[in-house]
Amino acid sequence: MEEKELPYTLINVIGGPDGVYEDHTAYLEKHLKLITMNEFLKHKQVFSPKIQAVYVWYYKPVVNKELLQSLPNLKVVVNSGAGVDHLDLKLIFSFGVKVANTPFAVSSPTADLGIALMLASARNIVEGHRIAVSPDTKLFNAAWLGEEVTGATLGIIGMGTIGYKVAQRAKAFDMKILYHNRNRRNRVDEEAVGAVYCPKMEDLLRQSDFVMLVVNLTPQTCKLIGEKELGFMKPTATLINICRGQVIDQDALVKALQNGIIKAAALDVTYPEPLPRDHALLQLKNIIITPHIGSATAQARHLMMRNMLEAILAAINGLPVPNEVHA
Amino acid sequence: MFRAKTFYLAQSAELPAAWVTLANRSGCRWANSCIPFIQKSFRTGPKCRERTAPSPCRDKIMGEKEPPGALVYDIGGAFGVPESHVEFLKKHFDLITMKEFHKNKEQLCEKIRSIFVFELRPVVDCELLESLPRLKVVGNSGVGVDHLDLKLISSYGVKITNTPHAVSDSTADIGMALMLASARRLVEGCCIATSPDTTHFAADWLGVEVTGATLGIIGMGSIGYKVAKRAKAFDMNILYHNRNRRKEEEEAIGAIYCKNMQDLLQQSDFVMLVVNLTPETHKLIGKRELELMKPTATLINISRGAVVDQDALAKALQKSVIRAAALDVTDPEPLPRRA
Repeated sequence: MEEKELPYTLINVIGGPDGVYEDHTAYLEKHLKLITMNEFLKHKQVFSPKIQAVYVWYYKPVVNKELLQSLPNLKVVVNSGAGVDHLDLKLIFSFGVKVANTPFAVSSPTADLGIALMLASARNIVEGHRIAVSPDTKLFNAAWLGEEVTGATLGIIGMGTIGYKVAQRAKAFDMKILYHNRNRRNRVDEEAVGAVYCPKMEDLLRQSDFVMLVVNLTPQTCKLIGEKELGFMKPTATLINICRGQVIDQDALVKALQNGIIKAAALDVTYPEPLPRDHALLQLKNIIITPHIGSATAQARHLMMRNMLEAILAAINGLPVPNEVHA
Repeated sequence: MFRAKTFYLAQSAELPAAWVTLANRSGCRWANSCIPFIQKSFRTGPKCRERTAPSPCRDKIMGEKEPPGALVYDIGGAFGVPESHVEFLKKHFDLITMKEFHKNKEQLCEKIRSIFVFELRPVVDCELLESLPRLKVVGNSGVGVDHLDLKLISSYGVKITNTPHAVSDSTADIGMALMLASARRLVEGCCIATSPDTTHFAADWLGVEVTGATLGIIGMGSIGYKVAKRAKAFDMNILYHNRNRRKEEEEAIGAIYCKNMQDLLQQSDFVMLVVNLTPETHKLIGKRELELMKPTATLINISRGAVVDQDALAKALQKSVIRAAALDVTDPEPLPRRA
């Protein structure tokens, strides 16, 4: 009997700084026939009808109208990570193609990074390290202090999977936890982490020592934090962003940090990424920026790959697709 | 944190010192019977605070209107007692700086009943002890007292107090901060994100996972336990090695006791040092211990620099015997600027 052909899957590139990892490729190739964009463009006529899945790794390949039109048998687009704001969902669904992401694979490392940024900002880890290793340092100044995290108030905006994991971790630091969410979580969940629901985001902003943004990027959450919201925050407060750069009005943030409206910010995400090298945010002293590393661990990335593979195989076999993204 | 430290220092330094002096002086039977009681409770600030003697009796015996003198290194600046603490301290003490003391030793030496050691200063040596005949107590900021010659100070009949509880939360927080920063390459990441040369972010730039990893805590005292509590929320598997087993705490947070430090070192992804510095813990982590650790492991030190054999650590990091280290403490501090 003829061996069934492995499902043809379009990827951007293998290896290099942007490509699918080589060790992931080895695993995927047991189950899929991987076709790179290069190969696809060279032999469009051969591959067009065969490709049933697009594997979007680190935002590539870009799934636009042209690509969708050239893949008549496409069943599913699988995306690495939780955020799908870079995908035109409406467009993809209009072609009858399903979409899946990997929210659970990224949730723990992203929550960990949120706490890491909060601690690093509060306790001046980056600046402290620079002082400790600087060739000019002769003595450590005893009057050089940070902010207390234990017992402080953390306001979580967006209490989904990741936000809740942040709350679980913060509770162990005896933090007082406030949260704002589209929907209130059930009592059991709230009580487990001692979180207090703030139906008005303003209340959360006024009371928090640390404000952490953990929302999806949607038209509703674009520029969720602007001049007004920054104005509600305490002048001693720190803003932490581990979701999407566009959730913050960056110009307003620059002004707020320059004028001491808030004390500091710690951002894993900006818009764009990376920021232009002359951007005002890069000139500020009271900011920490990391290169979007919320899910950057080998384990998380491996799990993402496995989730994506599962979704592809399910979609192709007409089974319910795990981690399916709906309209 | 420093506010709490000052409060406990004031409490512990003031009352027992006053009691011991007055009891000796007035021969009050009640006060005399309190001495062994006070001596026992003298180790830590909060404990002293709980066992305050009734004030009417104390006022009767005291008859002293002047606040006791407390010697400090300096007020303000990089190494002095913070200016923001002075108002509070002045309610209880007459603060005398080392400068003032040196100018007027003869008069001031009679006033000084306590030394307030803030961030290792002033140094309490033989010369200073000899020049303070009415000294009753040395109050130290922080928990580590390895910089104090305890034997020498005690030989002058002077007591010593520290502030273990005031520092425990913030020190545990720093332990977690260092572990997370190291695992996720936060400092390096920040450099990349802000470097003028950065044009894009690589997708294959990775750190190591903290959630679900194994943390080995060496030294499970107040601070070590608080680290364990925090790490538990990250679903970490917690091993610990301690002079004494702590069964109750083990159950509370699901920590596993490792009688042999070797077992802890071999199994841990992160090893955190949270011991006191004593002759027994000096160079506790050396070449042998580092080689027992996983090559993917990270060493974190929030106790004292001298607990680690620094030369061995440098070699281990250069040869990738272990993955990384994160140190809040070194020996000396700061390190000399060249290797």
